[in-house]
Amino acid sequence: MNDLHRGGGCDDVESQAPGDGAHNMNATLPIAGGDAVHATAVPEATARQRHSAMVRVTHWLTTLAFLALLVTGGEIVLSHPRFYWGETGNVNMRPWLNLHLPSSRSTVPTGYGYVLPDQNGWSRYLHFQAAWVAVATGLLYLLWGLFNGHFRRNLVPPSFKGMGTSIIEHLRFKRPGADEAWSYNLLQRITYLVVIFVLFPLMIWTGLAMSFGFDAAFPLAVRLLGGHQTARSLHFIVTILLVLFLLVHVLMVIVAGFRARMSAMITGRATPPTE
Amino acid sequence: MSQISRRKLITSGIAAAAGISSVAVAATLARRHGLIPPDSSGIYGPGETLTYAAQRLLTRHSMAREFSRSEISKDPFANEVDRLGDEFSRLKAGNFADWKMTVDGMVARPTAFSLADVRSFPTSSQITMIGCEEGWTYIAEWTGVPLSYILDKVGPLPQVRYVVYRSIQPDWWESIDMADALHPQTLVAHRMNGADLPVPFGGPLRLRVARQLGYKNVKYITRLTLTDTLKPFGKGLGSASPEGGYAWYAGI
Repeated sequence: MNDLHRGGGCDDVESQAPGDGAHNMNATLPIAGGDAVHATAVPEATARQRHSAMVRVTHWLTTLAFLALLVTGGEIVLSHPRFYWGETGNVNMRPWLNLHLPSSRSTVPTGYGYVLPDQNGWSRYLHFQAAWVAVATGLLYLLWGLFNGHFRRNLVPPSFKGMGTSIIEHLRFKRPGADEAWSYNLLQRITYLVVIFVLFPLMIWTGLAMSFGFDAAFPLAVRLLGGHQTARSLHFIVTILLVLFLLVHVLMVIVAGFRARMSAMITGRATPPTE
Repeated sequence: MSQISRRKLITSGIAAAAGISSVAVAATLARRHGLIPPDSSGIYGPGETLTYAAQRLLTRHSMAREFSRSEISKDPFANEVDRLGDEFSRLKAGNFADWKMTVDGMVARPTAFSLADVRSFPTSSQITMIGCEEGWTYIAEWTGVPLSYILDKVGPLPQVRYVVYRSIQPDWWESIDMADALHPQTLVAHRMNGADLPVPFGGPLRLRVARQLGYKNVKYITRLTLTDTLKPFGKGLGSASPEGGYAWYAGI
């Protein structure tokens, strides 16, 4: 245990904000045997800074915005649960994907004998408001992460060694070792990098490409994607990928220890594993 | 209180004060430059204002994408329309010879144009995409009189900021700002794909706003009203859309 803590050092701690360094070092004390572990109130000395305030605030803002976008996006899809490639698509054309869901519009042939209530008004209002929150939060996080080296230090894999083992351990739902309470593992790093630098930007791009006002000013945004309906289809596909990420992410948090991981992302502090 | 936390407190105090005052300055500037949409009150106001202001700053003069003739949709979808009523049936029976489009409000010469008048004006054509907020789209060639030409004819007063437009369907009325009203692609359309505009697509007259969604492209236009404020119209939210829960600005 002691070795683990010393080995952790400052490099693995996400927070590198000026002034926090010394604080972290002080907090990095070896725990005194097993007794402290079972204490109900964890002594300050045993808890260590795990996630910086910026990571925690942007994480939860993104969570809120994402859930709002997901619910309202799903609601909007119900008014036309069919997807097309290219520029144009409507009920007179063949979709590449028909979700076969009931629709909030009587004009969509769904096979269901009823029409859902129209919720598009507030869904669109909230979708775009949540998108602004997501984009602003993302920009803040991106600038902060680039400036203080968060991405380089905490997310870019130091090496790709052990990839095979890591994949097998994940597939077996092996509970991570204590060291992973202080640092992201290889698969985790790659996944977060893909979500942050590929999926989120794609989401914003395909979303903006569906705006007629935006396309007027930046026609390449939609042309490069292959058309308005392709942008809409891609927006949906990336949504599915992000939902898959969310499910796996939550599952992994549960496997690794729900209380400890949640508390680390809320309070910023983590205590050594109890087993 | 330690040195660090006091410094932190002061810094965050200054940051908060700067944040609040810059929001206040931004709001004042936005109001002065017409960047606040009429439906900016309520919980979705901030997002709506950001969207409208951002698009007005970035896209005021940009042109909607135009397509080639070969890209015109073979299967355009007209969407359903509410029952059009006896007055419409009567006008249709007369081949719309008695159709009138009244232009009034803050204008030097309020005028009621007949369909024949509108058809005699110089036209502009565009092959553009129309999209519904539901997600579907089609491409068509629209031909009509640029709205700016009609505004010129009636002489708008200098303080005009919006054009309110109404349909023979009393529940469907909209308004646009001058950036869209004077935009070269904004047409009082009376032809589509080389023929008279079919009734399901809005014939005899439809307001074509190429950079906004279908619901801003009101069918069966009967009246244009120029105004400097949207407050007196309906519930004062700008158009029928916000009254039904939809955004006034539909460039997204």
